[in-house]
Amino acid sequence: MNTESNAVPDSPLGSPAIAPTAMSEPRPFYWSVRRELWENRSVYVAPLAVAAVVLLGSAISLVGLPRSVRGVAALDLAVQSAMLAHPYAHIAMLLVATGVLVGIFYCLDALHGERRDRSILFWKSLPVSDLTTVLSKAIIPFVIVPLIIFVTTVVLQFIMLLMSSAVLLATGAGVTTLWARLPLFQMQLVLLYGLIVLALWHAPIYAWLLLVSGWARRAAFLWAVLPLVAISVFEWIAFHTSYFGSLMHDRVGGFVAHAFALRQPGSGPLDPHFIPLALIAPGKFLSTPGLWLGLAVAAIFLALAVRLRRYREPI
Amino acid sequence: MTVIEARGLRKVFGKTIAVDGVNLHVEKGRILGLIGPNGAGKSTALNAILGLTQYQGELKVLGRDPWIERDQLMRDVCFIADVAVLPRWMRVTQALDYVAGVHPRFDRAKAEGFLAKTAITSGSKVRELSKGMVTQLHLALVMAIDARLLVLDEPTLGLDILYRKQFYDSLLNDYFDRSRTIVVTTHQVEEVQHVLTDLMFINRGRIVLDCSMEEFESRYVEVMVHPEQLAAAHALKPVHERQVFGRSILLFERVDRQQLAGLGEIRTPSIADVFVAVMGNMIGNPSGQAQGAVR
Repeated sequence: MNTESNAVPDSPLGSPAIAPTAMSEPRPFYWSVRRELWENRSVYVAPLAVAAVVLLGSAISLVGLPRSVRGVAALDLAVQSAMLAHPYAHIAMLLVATGVLVGIFYCLDALHGERRDRSILFWKSLPVSDLTTVLSKAIIPFVIVPLIIFVTTVVLQFIMLLMSSAVLLATGAGVTTLWARLPLFQMQLVLLYGLIVLALWHAPIYAWLLLVSGWARRAAFLWAVLPLVAISVFEWIAFHTSYFGSLMHDRVGGFVAHAFALRQPGSGPLDPHFIPLALIAPGKFLSTPGLWLGLAVAAIFLALAVRLRRYREPI
Repeated sequence: MTVIEARGLRKVFGKTIAVDGVNLHVEKGRILGLIGPNGAGKSTALNAILGLTQYQGELKVLGRDPWIERDQLMRDVCFIADVAVLPRWMRVTQALDYVAGVHPRFDRAKAEGFLAKTAITSGSKVRELSKGMVTQLHLALVMAIDARLLVLDEPTLGLDILYRKQFYDSLLNDYFDRSRTIVVTTHQVEEVQHVLTDLMFINRGRIVLDCSMEEFESRYVEVMVHPEQLAAAHALKPVHERQVFGRSILLFERVDRQQLAGLGEIRTPSIADVFVAVMGNMIGNPSGQAQGAVR
């Protein structure tokens, strides 16, 4: 590569000189990911839209805050924390659910849309391998969406905290209880852990959706879901068992049971709205065979999607 | 240097043989026109060259196997496919950013220079551009890539005559030089006649004519025959005959020009006329006369 810093932009034809802007080593993966974000703005617009709605709703609900904070002050300390944490936990859960939806719909379209609009011919006319392309699409639900959800949630929770504090100060209720009892930092650590766990646990789901989106000519959603339903139903009718169904159920929602200590010693069942940091169980999660099996299956699906894309043409 | 080398290239879709044992040899610095009727196998052959479709037989493009090494090959090969394939959501600046980001041989300033000569504004999305402008944009991107082989599959399909003319003008004036090679398929043969250095007719997956344009011009002669010379002309076995304004125009292959000059006015035929003659003869009419008379 020519690294002459003052290369003339209008270099003679056929010479290897390249304009200064293009001199850096090409970064197909980085630019492919950026391309995905240009094309699929819902990846960040949807969480932001949900955040905006939540913010508006919270602003209105702040009217009743001073009274409820006064009520909380009389309760047991641990219960205080849980009570104060609820609205913040709801925000986090709402945004995580948004992230899952965004990831699902992104994956279903990722390798389908480029064939539908024929742009696959343009992408394939550039020196970007199928592996780079598929990985740049897979990283969206695996890394980018969780990251966006985390940042949006944290920012939103801080805005909520500031708004609440302002209201409490204005009404003379004082912010001491709120600031002392709200375990916001702890909750955000649990959220980060939860998002990582979720992405790892759901990896085979996203990889499956990507594979189907690369394979199906139309109705990718049906192709992704119906065969799984069909297998479950078949198993139920033929053998009166539901191993496949429970497997699917565990894959969708089982991460809570695998990644957290379900019961705190000497306390009641896990409160899904507020999971203390002490209950995270990374060791237990990492030693779950289902995690590694799932990741292996995800790797196989992705490898198939890469392989498949080589054969793919516009539809 | 050989750019494309194919031996016994073959591609079958189910029961249809799209490409049937094609041999291809394209040297550096040539502009090859691949001409054939719809469904003749042109696009399939090009797709094989571009690594977009699997094939049987031997094929090397710039020394690489396109099916296995597409992404490597695309550093040196560019293509514009039959219809606009630029994604409609993309902005012009994003297209420039992206190609600059992934292509080691892309000269962004050059692409911007080409775009400055058009009415395309950098903030526009592809969906907002006319079909002609999308082609201009794609051409600007491609011409700014220092590639060794450019493949054009019906690049001017659906464009109006001004854009079509401009397309080939830019290609010749601003892009082509003896270090590059261009392969083009088109139905608008009259537009490429003076652009090509080599010509290839393909029908039903087989190559039916393969010659350089110099050879084409010496091999085929068209004569507007004086009515009284018609019998003498027919004796020389024309490959094709058509009527224009009551005059017979006969096409001869490999017949001495001196001999033909006495029969009427002679000229170099258009690719289209030879195409009609060759394809007409293939349909099973040995002289192609009826075919020609109808057209």
